[in-house]
Amino acid sequence: MKKNFLFFVILFFLTKPAFALIEVDITRGNLDPLPIAISPLHVDLKSENVDGLNIKDFGINISEIIEKNFKGTGLFNPLKKDAFVQKPDIAHLKPRFEDWRLIKAQALVTGKLLVKDNKLKVEFRLWDLTAAKEMTALAFTTTPSNWRRVAHIISDKIYERLTGEQGYFDTRIIYVAESGPKNKRIKKLAIMDQDGANTKYLTLGNELVLTPRFNPTNQMVTYLSYFRNLPRVYLLDIETGTQEVVGNFPGMTFAPRFSPDGKKIIMSFAKDGNSDIYTMDLETRVVERITENSAIDTSPSFSPDGKFISFNSDRSGLQQIYVMRSDGSNIKRITFGNGIYGTPVWSPRGDLIAFTKMRKGKFYIGVMRTDGSGERLLTENFYQEAPSWSPNGRVLMFYRETKSGPQGKGFSAKLWSIDITGYNERKVSTETDASDPSWSSLLSK
Amino acid sequence: MNFKTNLKNLVLIALATLILNACSTAKKADGLDGDVYTGKETVEFLASGVPDRVFFATNKSSLTTKSRETLRKQATFLRKNKNLSVTIEGHADERGTREYNLALGERRANAAKDYLMTYGISGKRISVISYGKERPVNTESTPLAWSQNRRSVTVKIN
Repeated sequence: MKKNFLFFVILFFLTKPAFALIEVDITRGNLDPLPIAISPLHVDLKSENVDGLNIKDFGINISEIIEKNFKGTGLFNPLKKDAFVQKPDIAHLKPRFEDWRLIKAQALVTGKLLVKDNKLKVEFRLWDLTAAKEMTALAFTTTPSNWRRVAHIISDKIYERLTGEQGYFDTRIIYVAESGPKNKRIKKLAIMDQDGANTKYLTLGNELVLTPRFNPTNQMVTYLSYFRNLPRVYLLDIETGTQEVVGNFPGMTFAPRFSPDGKKIIMSFAKDGNSDIYTMDLETRVVERITENSAIDTSPSFSPDGKFISFNSDRSGLQQIYVMRSDGSNIKRITFGNGIYGTPVWSPRGDLIAFTKMRKGKFYIGVMRTDGSGERLLTENFYQEAPSWSPNGRVLMFYRETKSGPQGKGFSAKLWSIDITGYNERKVSTETDASDPSWSSLLSK
Repeated sequence: MNFKTNLKNLVLIALATLILNACSTAKKADGLDGDVYTGKETVEFLASGVPDRVFFATNKSSLTTKSRETLRKQATFLRKNKNLSVTIEGHADERGTREYNLALGERRANAAKDYLMTYGISGKRISVISYGKERPVNTESTPLAWSQNRRSVTVKIN
């Protein structure tokens, strides 16, 4: 063990000087987060007021959102602003690199903004302090009410430049907001920004709703609703609020997800005590049966190329994960470890399947290769499930129920995230108790 | 030699008593047979002597002898009340993934429905709904609570 560690450290130091520009390796747990200074953006004095918005504070507020995003990755260490040595407008023109190096910063973010004619103009720069170079710069224009998204888009650009991977900050989460006692739990669909801001409730809580999932363009959501006590898969248009039942099935439909092209919904249909997997084409309304087995087949999830489907089935006696071609042929069991396995979800990169594993009274969230090899358990708890991938395939969000209150009789349900390295486990902030998260793709590409 | 066998017997008897005690206390204290609930704590009645629910083992939907007895009583009751329709609600405990538990609840409710049908009750009088783990009757996180939540409940709808 000790030997391994030594080797790892040496490798790190050997490889580091080879980089011309600073770079952050996100393929392993980061024990040495990159110190980064995020200067408040300079607010141009010519900025005009917009009703209901505090333009004066945009500069500091945007920099604080970027800071929070970066801290949340575990890969960066945003430095305290009170140690900053240069005014935002001057630093943005050209930083005095040696001064910033003095506070141990390796990277610096600067920017300025102007609000004019009801438009928000923002530009930012990312500086490599060690090499004394500008790494990236970008300017864009949007409506002033979009200022939080501006912060997320800047975060994504910087993350991309420093890690070489797509970011995941300009994204939203759809989930189930929960309240009330366990036997009369009230559940509503809720949507929020990835950082917990801008929460909106999409249903009123009159009927039970479960398992919402985004379509690839993030405009539609498919979910299970017990409207009129008939559990059926529904389709909801987030902008217009229109809802419809998916298909005309004479029984419960559940466990819905979109196909990667967004044209089909894949789900389970339960008939006479047997659940099998079906797809429905949303345009032609053609329904196809994909599995035909007397066991329970559910929790289907497409591979990102649409060629394969993973699902869980108890055809072997206990719940295990299987992979098949998208026409239902060539079914292969991929989990053979001790315990039972559920909720397979294919990574957006196509390389891994995330899952929930249950063993000896514990629940685990883990990842494995798509043939079932290389199983890694990331987190263990009394009860947790339903992993959902960040769009870059580096982070999983899931939900966890824990006992709370005196004598542990109460309980709470919260969203959590963890890197697929197994590091950086974090509670995701939500207004209420929450479950069944689904992570959107990047809103701006 | 004699002393040795005596000692052996004594140990065996002691062991047997211990095991028997363990079994009987498990049954009495928890109302559990294996992990199937056998008590009456949560049970309601469709009519006098007709329990409304049956219980299942973990991840199973097969009916126990006691469940069959209960369902035969329900069938007799339904035969006597020809205008009555029922919904059978299928439920699971919280120790499983949500989607699988929805399927499991549906399978349990249908196991009860099929049994009522073999005893002459028309399928048209029986509708089925699964709540998965969404509506526990006992909200604690204990083996006893889970056993009470793994159930199908027959509910009158008119």
